[in-house]
Amino acid sequence: MLSMSTNNSSYNDQGGADSAVEIGQETTPTSNSGAGFGLFSTDFKKNDDLKEMLENNKESLKLEAMKRIVGLIAKGKNASELFPAVVKNVASKNIELKKLVYVYLVRYAEEQQDLALLSISTFQRALKDPNQLIRASALRVLSSIRVPIIIPIMMLAIKEAASDMSPYVRKTSAHAIQKLYSLDPDQKEHLIEVIEKLLKDKSTLVAGSVVMAFEEVCPERIDLIHKNYRKLCNLLVDVEEWGQVVIISMLTRYARTQFTSPWREDGVFDENSERAFYESDEEKTRDDTEIKPYTMDPDHRLLLRNTKPLLQSRNTAVVMSVAQLYWHLAPRNEVSIVTKSLVRLLRSHREVQYIVLQNIATMSIQRKGMFEPYMKSFYVRSTDATHIKSLKLEILTNLANEANISTILREFQTYVKSQDKQFAAGTIQAIGRCATNISEVTDTCLNGLVLLLSNRDETVVAESVVVIKKLLQAQPSQHSDIIKHMAKLLDNITVSMARASILWLIGEYCERVPKIAPDVLRKMAKSFTSEEDIVKLQTVNLAAKLYLTNSKQTKLLTQYILNLGKYDQNYDIRDRTRFIRQLIVPNEKSGALSKYARRILLAPKPAPVLESAYKDRDRYQLGTLSHTINTKASGYLELSDWPAVAPDQSVRNVEVIEPVKEWAPSLGKTGKSKPAKSSDDKFYSDSGEEEEDEKGSGTSSSNDGSSSSSAGLSLCLCVPPPGPVLYLPETYSPSDLRHCVDIGFVKQLLFRVSGYLHVFRSVTVSYVVPFVPQEVKLQKEVSLLDLDDCELTDVKPWSVLSPSLLTDLEGLSLSNISTMQVSGPAFVPEKSHNLLHRMTGKGLAAQYQFTRQPCLYQPNMVSVQISLTNTSDHRLEQIHIGERSPAGLKIHCFNTIEFLEPDASVTVSMGIDFNDSTQAANFQLCTKEDQFSVSIQPAVGDLFLAVTMTEQDFRKEQGKLQGMNECSATITVTAENTSSQPLNRRVAAMANVGVVPSGQDNVHRFAGKTACSGAVLLVTVELRESSAAVITINTEKSVMGSMLLRDLKKSLAQA
Amino acid sequence: MSHEAVRVDPDMEYLTPGVVDLEQMFWTGLGATYTHCNQVWPNLYIGDKKTALEKPGLVEMGVTHIINAAEGTWNNVSTEMIHSLFLVNPSGDIFLEKHWKSVVSRSVCDYFLEAREKALDPEDVPPVISTPHHYLISIYRDKLFFLSVIQTEVPPLFVIEFLHRVAEMIQDYFGECSETVIKDNVVMVYELLEEMLDNGFPLATESNVLKEMIRPPTILRSVVNTLTGSSNVGDKLPTGQLSTIPWRRAGVKYTNNEAYFDVVEEIDAILDRTGTTVFAEIQGVVEACVKLSGMPDLTLSFMNPRLLDDVSFHPCVRYKRWESERVLSFIPPDGNFTLMTYHVNAQNLVAIPVYVKHSINFFESGSGGRLDLTVGPKQTMGKTVEGVLVTVHMPKTVLSVSLNATQGSYTYDNATKVLVWDIGKLNPQKLPNLRGSLSLQTGAPKPEENPSLNIDLKIQQLAISGLKVNRLDMFGEKYKPFKGVKYITKAGKFQVRM
Repeated sequence: MLSMSTNNSSYNDQGGADSAVEIGQETTPTSNSGAGFGLFSTDFKKNDDLKEMLENNKESLKLEAMKRIVGLIAKGKNASELFPAVVKNVASKNIELKKLVYVYLVRYAEEQQDLALLSISTFQRALKDPNQLIRASALRVLSSIRVPIIIPIMMLAIKEAASDMSPYVRKTSAHAIQKLYSLDPDQKEHLIEVIEKLLKDKSTLVAGSVVMAFEEVCPERIDLIHKNYRKLCNLLVDVEEWGQVVIISMLTRYARTQFTSPWREDGVFDENSERAFYESDEEKTRDDTEIKPYTMDPDHRLLLRNTKPLLQSRNTAVVMSVAQLYWHLAPRNEVSIVTKSLVRLLRSHREVQYIVLQNIATMSIQRKGMFEPYMKSFYVRSTDATHIKSLKLEILTNLANEANISTILREFQTYVKSQDKQFAAGTIQAIGRCATNISEVTDTCLNGLVLLLSNRDETVVAESVVVIKKLLQAQPSQHSDIIKHMAKLLDNITVSMARASILWLIGEYCERVPKIAPDVLRKMAKSFTSEEDIVKLQTVNLAAKLYLTNSKQTKLLTQYILNLGKYDQNYDIRDRTRFIRQLIVPNEKSGALSKYARRILLAPKPAPVLESAYKDRDRYQLGTLSHTINTKASGYLELSDWPAVAPDQSVRNVEVIEPVKEWAPSLGKTGKSKPAKSSDDKFYSDSGEEEEDEKGSGTSSSNDGSSSSSAGLSLCLCVPPPGPVLYLPETYSPSDLRHCVDIGFVKQLLFRVSGYLHVFRSVTVSYVVPFVPQEVKLQKEVSLLDLDDCELTDVKPWSVLSPSLLTDLEGLSLSNISTMQVSGPAFVPEKSHNLLHRMTGKGLAAQYQFTRQPCLYQPNMVSVQISLTNTSDHRLEQIHIGERSPAGLKIHCFNTIEFLEPDASVTVSMGIDFNDSTQAANFQLCTKEDQFSVSIQPAVGDLFLAVTMTEQDFRKEQGKLQGMNECSATITVTAENTSSQPLNRRVAAMANVGVVPSGQDNVHRFAGKTACSGAVLLVTVELRESSAAVITINTEKSVMGSMLLRDLKKSLAQA
Repeated sequence: MSHEAVRVDPDMEYLTPGVVDLEQMFWTGLGATYTHCNQVWPNLYIGDKKTALEKPGLVEMGVTHIINAAEGTWNNVSTEMIHSLFLVNPSGDIFLEKHWKSVVSRSVCDYFLEAREKALDPEDVPPVISTPHHYLISIYRDKLFFLSVIQTEVPPLFVIEFLHRVAEMIQDYFGECSETVIKDNVVMVYELLEEMLDNGFPLATESNVLKEMIRPPTILRSVVNTLTGSSNVGDKLPTGQLSTIPWRRAGVKYTNNEAYFDVVEEIDAILDRTGTTVFAEIQGVVEACVKLSGMPDLTLSFMNPRLLDDVSFHPCVRYKRWESERVLSFIPPDGNFTLMTYHVNAQNLVAIPVYVKHSINFFESGSGGRLDLTVGPKQTMGKTVEGVLVTVHMPKTVLSVSLNATQGSYTYDNATKVLVWDIGKLNPQKLPNLRGSLSLQTGAPKPEENPSLNIDLKIQQLAISGLKVNRLDMFGEKYKPFKGVKYITKAGKFQVRM
């Protein structure tokens, strides 16, 4: 005690204004004084000493002083007067001293703005330091100094740091964005620019911090995310754990605005339709013809898939955020994968348990099934904290159903006896809820509760009475003996709520207990004055009701009670008494109302609903602070409802058009080369297409040789037939471009194509430029230099592409040519189909044709050629593609045709992702004035790409595709189809497959792959004697296989 | 404008809510939704600072004049997750405060202290408290409260997890996490906090990274420091933070290269009064102590990985390898860390290593009672059960106990009503027994409920689930490390209802 008082007095000496407070707070003096930094010791010196020490030349003294000052700050004491002395040391060479000065600066700069400016130049110098960590820490401190006058300096520093070489500095700049924004929200627009830039960053270090800044500064600018969505999804696993939480919560919000609901109206999710899309689905056969009602956007799936591993994180916040993501985004049948992980979190710290249990409570109301198998994990232990106990109880009650109620009730019996009376009372309420929810056990519960009435503990009894009251109200007819029992209890129970409840019950059902009720009223009249208010009110109620039903016995008693009430101290009771008197006792003044007294007082009352306190918590996003406190916390961002129609999905396409996978010219040399590993891989994973890269054999092409001169920047140039597509990594600046166009070939290629120049202007915005000539008329020997011969005239399809061009182009591609090569189509059907009749199209006629070429735009699309003719007598303007259905349909549209003169026609090509199904693609063909709904229906054979492979490979593939994946039929072929030529033609006409050279005369083999998923399709036609033939189709897309088999049967059997 | 102003139509039949309604709204928070700006009358808006500062939005709304009715000097847009941290000791004193931005008055803690007063036990203090201007999220750990002040929406678990990391870091640096230790090392704790959070967002939470920046104290160094005035702050700059494996520091060198793994399993169980298992499960954790030079790449495989039902990993573990091959492949952090935690498949029956014969009676008269406890080994797989400790939370009315233990010793704390019987090693030949009488408060009624027993125990060299490490391989380095695996089974939350 003595040491404490001396301690305090020494504080008072220099504590200044705080001293009065200090005495109150300083109750625990530290045991070890003397050692340490003297902060808590008695020999504490005045601030003047500190000032002297700071001005001393000895570093050790300065350091000692700074340590004490930091100690003061830690204690919440004021050390601002030392500012001038401290700030001088900001440029110190001693790192520890420097750091402590930083701590001080950040704390006091706001109060001493003028002096703080002295330090700025030091930071500005440090921002240019060659060491990245020094740059980062300078920016950190500079941005933490809350002095408005340096805002422009901060802004500049942030902008510079955002394009620093070091990802760590960029990360720091993302942090600084938030700080600057909070200092001056006017900078928002500029900051958004920086955020936009940093969002493109590929480093996992930056991702979390920049998303955090995005969430704080401009959460409404969801459009900034589109292009980075896939990248963020793919990086997620490698981002540091805190960043993961932020990114996941942002992506949850994003997904709710961009994808359609995976929850079907009827609540039953059709697993098949969704799975069919992602993996080969063998059981798909039967429902293929059905219309698929919902297909999950692949990006939506990407998010779900990439967050799933994070359920195994050691960080509870990460696990919770994945759980809420699944809850809010996943199809109903997939949500339950989070259960196990959530239950795991229950073994963590008390506080974690608390939050997780709250969320489980909300979840378990809607989805009992999710947690039912883990019911025992929610059993209460006597050592649990009270709020944990009641949450567990809540969850157990939510989980109760007919099957497990007996187990739960047995468990509840233990809880009722708990020493923690609050918890025991909670259990009784829980029993009541179980009783109302599960009618089978109502009677059991009621009897159990009645037994509890004889419990020795008052709170237990009181709670039981209240719950029994509620239960009886639901079914009063059968339980008059319980009411009698309760009436008897009235003598012993002292808890007012319980007494009031009993009185109410007797009053309400007084006609069932006609003998007892007046007697109860007599007792109550006797004790009226000493009762609690709530009991008095119920006594008045009881008196009124009895007066109405049994006035003979109770008239005097009622009057007595009303008189007592009239002079009660509580005005509520006086009011009530007056009201009741006027209502029930008829007199000349109140005639009108008293007629209805019976109907007013004895109206049948609806039974109360016993329901969970967590019932409507789900209006808040799970895992949020708002959910925990059940009110909207400031800064809470509402989760939007699913859009009815998905917004355009192509916005997320990072416009790197996938190089046409596995494209290899049919006449190509089989020059095998390794894919350019390092730079290429990186590049593609950025575009968020990693997935497909893995699937395909990764035949990205890059002009390795030529780009090596451009300082290591990887310029990818991919030239599928017939048009070149230029890929530019995002880091390209116009000057780089200029550099790369020096490469002779590219230059020629790029500059000579009309309309290409605009590319250079737009390159900063969209770094990838698809270059697709709409019509390329190529003569037999076209050299690349002649590409400017492009004209918009009518067309010859590119199937006449010159072989020499193909070989030329092939030299550019460093593709990894696998054994299975996509070849040109063996046969292109001449037949074109009507898309739009000129009558319905008001003069616009359209025909479409499947070119059977690998699609340029996206490898999984089927390319379709459309010829448009203007048959009207006026010019048609702005022909383009409008809305499409189903909403998820991916179409690569042709560029808007500005005008089409009368009688002119034009042919354009487009790509459609049919998703390996023959479902028609519907879209609108629009002109300036009109819109026409049209649809393209592919034949199953058009969904394949011809493939060449050796017989050996064919057999190998066939060996993999046995059983379910094989279908075959025996047919009788017509005579002319028995020779190989016509047979090959027939098959090729029916489906876009390539001929596999065969060693046997009577066996013909064909190979192809599906456009969308790239599944292999193998067709074998074995001719037997007497014009019988066996057609065998092997493919994992068994539906497509059987459809093709049907078509082939028809075709080959044709006369 | 991020938030559309709520429009008011004067012709609409809108009635201004009465006082009662307003009060209702105020207290329940229902009915009124918070928006940044509301039009309260045609061309009259009430908005917050956010609205007032967004000039384009103002122009859009046609605002010409703004009247400032705000109070205070700095009304900041708050953009940080964790604003301030206060450390509070059990008696309610704030002994350290750290603000990551402008200072929040410590009076904000009053709301917390009030809740602390109300709660019977520090454990009962709600972790999240909402005050008019702030939200307080706290954890209770090692008899200290870590109280953080939040201003905006943030996942509460995020904050809680971070606070626990802070506590762990203090533990890691100074060997224990207590008020004395923190006060003694206040500067270093402050420096650590400074590095762990930047603007309220976690920056460096990996122990390896922090230790590179701020060296943990050792006895030798603190002596040297006081003599020479040199510092604990590393003069090298951390490199781990910049690499793709932030959990490992670069340039680790040991003369003896060792890697130890402890497989620790805990049995969580509830047994009812007849001894039947109501609930039992096994949680396991693999603790590692790896002291290997360079950048070793380790692979740890189990004999029976199928036993593991649910797992969580240190970030260093490659999840894909686990998914496909069920092996743990990782580049370890340097020093001690938790490699994984797991849960054993619920289908497997859990062996309960001990049984308890118990009887407790309170006399009807309410003056006293009798207690008789015997503990014996049950399914121990032939191993010795050690460190047995029985804890009984007696009813509040039990005044004193007079017992006789045949083995070990017992203590009874009259204030907390906790009876602790420290048995030690279980001898199957001679079962330990504790019996005697209890005396109750005079006049108090007979307690309704019998207390429950919590049992602590330890079995060396046994993982009760049967999990076995198959092998540990090291790649990437040339030397031969010394490898060791140890198994321990403990009681977790092992409760017997009497």
